[in-house]
Amino acid sequence: MSYFRMNRRSLMAGAAATAFTARSMAQAQQPVNIKIGVLNDRSGLYADLTGEGSALAARMAVEDFGAAAKGLNVQIVSADHQNKPDVGANIARQWYDNDGVDAIADVPTSSVAFAVNQITREKNKIMLNSGAASSDLTGAQCSPNTVHWTYDTYALAQGTGGAMVKAGGDTWFFLTADYAFGHALERDTAAVVTKAGGRVVGAVRTPFPGTDFSSFLLQAQSSRAKVIGLANAGGDTINSIKQAAEFGITQGGQKLAGLLVFVTDVHALGLQTAQGLILTESFYWDLNDGTRAFSERFARQRGGNKPTMVQAGVYGATLHYLKAAAATKSRDATANMAWMKGNQTDDPLFGKGTIRADGRKMHPVYLFEVKKPSESKGPWDYYKLIATLPAEEAFRPIAAGNCPLVRA
Amino acid sequence: MFELLGIPPQALFGQLLLGLINGSFYAILSLGLAVIFGLLNIINFTHGAQYMMGAFIAWMLLNWVGIGYWPALVLAPVIAGVTGVIIERVFLKRLYHLDHLYGLLLTFGLALIIQGLFRNYFGSSGLPYQIPAELRGGQNLGFMFLPNYRGWVVVASLVVCLATWFIIEKTKLGAYLRAATENPTLTQAFGINVPLLITLTYGFGVGLAAFAGVLAAPIYSVNPNMGADLIIVVFAVVVIGGMGSIMGAIVTGFGLGLVEGLTKVFYPEASATVIFIIMAIVLLVKPAGLFGRTA
Repeated sequence: MSYFRMNRRSLMAGAAATAFTARSMAQAQQPVNIKIGVLNDRSGLYADLTGEGSALAARMAVEDFGAAAKGLNVQIVSADHQNKPDVGANIARQWYDNDGVDAIADVPTSSVAFAVNQITREKNKIMLNSGAASSDLTGAQCSPNTVHWTYDTYALAQGTGGAMVKAGGDTWFFLTADYAFGHALERDTAAVVTKAGGRVVGAVRTPFPGTDFSSFLLQAQSSRAKVIGLANAGGDTINSIKQAAEFGITQGGQKLAGLLVFVTDVHALGLQTAQGLILTESFYWDLNDGTRAFSERFARQRGGNKPTMVQAGVYGATLHYLKAAAATKSRDATANMAWMKGNQTDDPLFGKGTIRADGRKMHPVYLFEVKKPSESKGPWDYYKLIATLPAEEAFRPIAAGNCPLVRA
Repeated sequence: MFELLGIPPQALFGQLLLGLINGSFYAILSLGLAVIFGLLNIINFTHGAQYMMGAFIAWMLLNWVGIGYWPALVLAPVIAGVTGVIIERVFLKRLYHLDHLYGLLLTFGLALIIQGLFRNYFGSSGLPYQIPAELRGGQNLGFMFLPNYRGWVVVASLVVCLATWFIIEKTKLGAYLRAATENPTLTQAFGINVPLLITLTYGFGVGLAAFAGVLAAPIYSVNPNMGADLIIVVFAVVVIGGMGSIMGAIVTGFGLGLVEGLTKVFYPEASATVIFIIMAIVLLVKPAGLFGRTA
């Protein structure tokens, strides 16, 4: 009896040990399943500058990384948040809770990004934000689970705002999209303007999204400010610039500062209307061989459209995340985030860079001027580089951001 | 100079004028909706998409065929009208005996499909369309700089609105139409081809939407969402004016443009909601709308 029992016990122990080794061996050979959700605007005013193009950029990153050969089985899914925080939050929850999504990428529209930021932190997953602008994502609302890759309102303000003030535009009137992003962009730009000795004479909060901006432009005109700062984006910016030209505002001597203008906006406006605009971006397709090669491949799959900086940022962030997952061989958010912050980023679109403790991705930011129609050699040849801001100058110093993660 | 609530009168005049310009779009669009509802009993949710189609047809005519703004002002509504006729013949005529809801759902679905197709093909940022050379520049009115094109929009839409009202209320054709609405069987018995009349009316309503689209093309960006953004406001305008009332649609269209314009000065944040607040109040006080008759 006792013999039998002992025998059975040792048998069971042996079986358990075998099962354990078999499982760990299988783990070593079986690829790590990674699921990345690209969450952005696929139907509204930001669809061209984020949308399917961002999902394509993520797929290109998976392909270029050679994920399968490095032991990763990566799946990219995408969804439309319609620029509504409640819709975005629901999708994020669904993805994290039921669909096994490990990281959410892109998330333009700051109000939506804040909602997803919160959920990502609660569920201990990763947000690779490229599309949202508000600098609060790495400031007061910073999270250990979020990387803010491409740009932010602080950098835009430093770039365009700084350049305009330097050129003599010392009085400002803002047209501000009435939600988190517009408010942040106005605040950060106003800070740059006043710091440089300029003055903000007024601002008007415009309902988002809008169609007719003539009334607000007229208010800006009668303010007699030298610069009209457009703290809006996408379709709102396109309409404001178009209507400013129509109402003779620029002919009257006032200057427009498009604080956030994407290459797709310039494409939609046409050079005739957009020429001379000063704008800030962290990526342009025609910067160097690396950006040109990527953009050409991208354009072939997007009906000739070049990538925006947001789409480029999704590529860069996804690539860096995949490197982390391959190195840690796990889906664990904490481990992957530690790897991402601990190792230099390196991709053909943004060059070498780092991710700060507050989640801010550091890379240079460029100041461009939109070419005259006579200077452009063809479609999408839109920008002249006028200055390069080093990362430390473009982005807010880590200590000034009030991020609770780094305050201690 | 005196000031009104802290706003100099010049600024106020300017804003009122701008309100009137936006009102002209509301007026033409709500007029089309009112005509269609009055005669077909269909709540045409495709209207916004058809307005967008008008702008896109103008763009296509210019960039693909080389036909400029002025011919497009006539051609685009005709082309859009023909698509409207097809929609009426194929889909809508099967729904007349059913509840309003079915027509609403069908046209809403169609709108989503049309917008989706355009978005898929043209993207969402929009396409540039220049102001015709004859109407570039503007007039300095003293209190504001009025672009010639905006002036043209007000005049064109006023003319079209009043002509439509005149045709429906004062001509023989209009009398047939109204008779067909009142009692189709009896009108048919008098030898009038009522189904044809209804088809053409829908085509005309769609044409009106497309006309507004062409007017809008040079000042708002030509993009697939332009109708979706506007149509909700226009529905509110129709509800305030009274469903099916021709004059009601015109007057409330311009009127609400003015109210919205004033809101943009005094409290810009609310300018997107003020029309709905008015709608709610009107529905409480006069459920048939300001110009509507209770059945």
